[in-house]
Amino acid sequence: MGYAFDFSPVWEGMPSLLKGCLGTFALAISGMILATVIGIGGVILRHSHFPPVRWLVMTFVELIRNTPFLVQCYFIFFALPLLGEQLGVAIFNLGLMDKPGNLLKLGPTATAIIALGVNGGAYAIEIIRGGVQSINKGQVEAGLALGLHRTQVFRLIVLKPALRAIYPSLTSQFTLLTLTTSVASAIAAYELTSVAEIINGNSFRTFEVYFTVTIMYLIISSLMAVGFNALSRRYFSYPVK
Amino acid sequence: MTVTLEVAQSSSPTSASVPMIVMEHVEKWYGQFKALSDIDLTVRTGEKIVLCGPSGSGKSTLIRCINHLEAYNKGRITVGGKVLGDDPKIIDAIRREVGMVFQQFNLFPHMTVLQNCTLSPMRTRGLDKKAAEAIARRLLDRVRILDQADKYPAQLSGGQQQRVAIARALCMEPKVMLFDEPTSALDPEMVKEVLDTMISLAEDGMTMICVTHEMGFARQVADRVIFMAAGEIIEEGHPKDFFTAPRHERTRAFLGEILRHH
Repeated sequence: MGYAFDFSPVWEGMPSLLKGCLGTFALAISGMILATVIGIGGVILRHSHFPPVRWLVMTFVELIRNTPFLVQCYFIFFALPLLGEQLGVAIFNLGLMDKPGNLLKLGPTATAIIALGVNGGAYAIEIIRGGVQSINKGQVEAGLALGLHRTQVFRLIVLKPALRAIYPSLTSQFTLLTLTTSVASAIAAYELTSVAEIINGNSFRTFEVYFTVTIMYLIISSLMAVGFNALSRRYFSYPVK
Repeated sequence: MTVTLEVAQSSSPTSASVPMIVMEHVEKWYGQFKALSDIDLTVRTGEKIVLCGPSGSGKSTLIRCINHLEAYNKGRITVGGKVLGDDPKIIDAIRREVGMVFQQFNLFPHMTVLQNCTLSPMRTRGLDKKAAEAIARRLLDRVRILDQADKYPAQLSGGQQQRVAIARALCMEPKVMLFDEPTSALDPEMVKEVLDTMISLAEDGMTMICVTHEMGFARQVADRVIFMAAGEIIEEGHPKDFFTAPRHERTRAFLGEILRHH
């Protein structure tokens, strides 16, 4: 047993690690909000009267769910700016801009949030759609019979019970999203894993660093679970038979 | 068919001669299946109609066409002078004047009784919360359930839920009420409280169309009883004549079947 544990680099790096935790939180929560918006919006479009809109949503869902998250990050971070450059030149040539700019060049944090939101959103569409399908048709009819529009019926009558029905699946998807933020270290977004990589690179205290980070992720996930439960109690506590 | 209407008409002194609902040659298809066949029906203001018939005879489909929960394929339906077509604005306008009560109550589970009642008046009639709640409380009191205003539907019995559903529809201050088998999903001991509510509504002069097999109710309040089978109106008449001297064999068979259990 020749290995001597030395946590001092971890203690010295603790302020950065805690800041990394905050970064992870920020990415996760922004990603979840975006994913929820995409999820609910996608479900509305998925029920559109206009078939091409439905196909577009279905294609989006299949595209995202059948490609790796890391590749999606790389695509947004490295590939989109190349497209944006060409687009910028084209717009400049049309005389709509003073100088050729790049509309699709995003920083690591923005890239991470969009990738997390888009990826989580594709899964959320499928989950929320299941919830919407579980709602009794009579609920919709009662709303329509009261003179509410289709969109009002969805927003005021269907959505909440539908979200309640699938809340456990949605939160487990969002826990996964929280942990997936670590992949964003690959594009150097500011979060816990990228901080850990820096401390590990400087100290070579690999076990100590990743042991600590593992515990920190566990704590982050647990805090998320506490938050999810609080939201559930706040919004979904009405009695059902 | 329409000749018999005039007889029933005279027995109801409150009914003005203004037609509230006019259905002319209405047809409805589900694919190859003809659900409604050449329906002619005029309902005058204040009239109470009971629709009965075997299951699958089209009676629910008929009333669901009146507020466009089902689109009809042929003919014409006029409600309160407005022709019901595909124009969503007209459909919404008609729905706001036509209340509906369903077999399964269909209360919104995530809203309290009071919120169920104020939702549409606030969203579609532009009432503020205070005004909507005042109307809701008055009508909840009317169906004798005001003390449950802050409960959720799942905390109420079936009979209580159905009375809330009636109050919720009344909060729109409708000109017509449609009842789609309102007591069929209830435990027997709760049927009476719902029927009593409907009777009191009828006594106040509400125009009503009820799909029901409660023949006691039909005898007591109906101006006309209509019997349907296979998507057609087979026979209609004043309840006194309808129950004592049904003219058609199918009506007799049907009445024999349901009255045996009463």
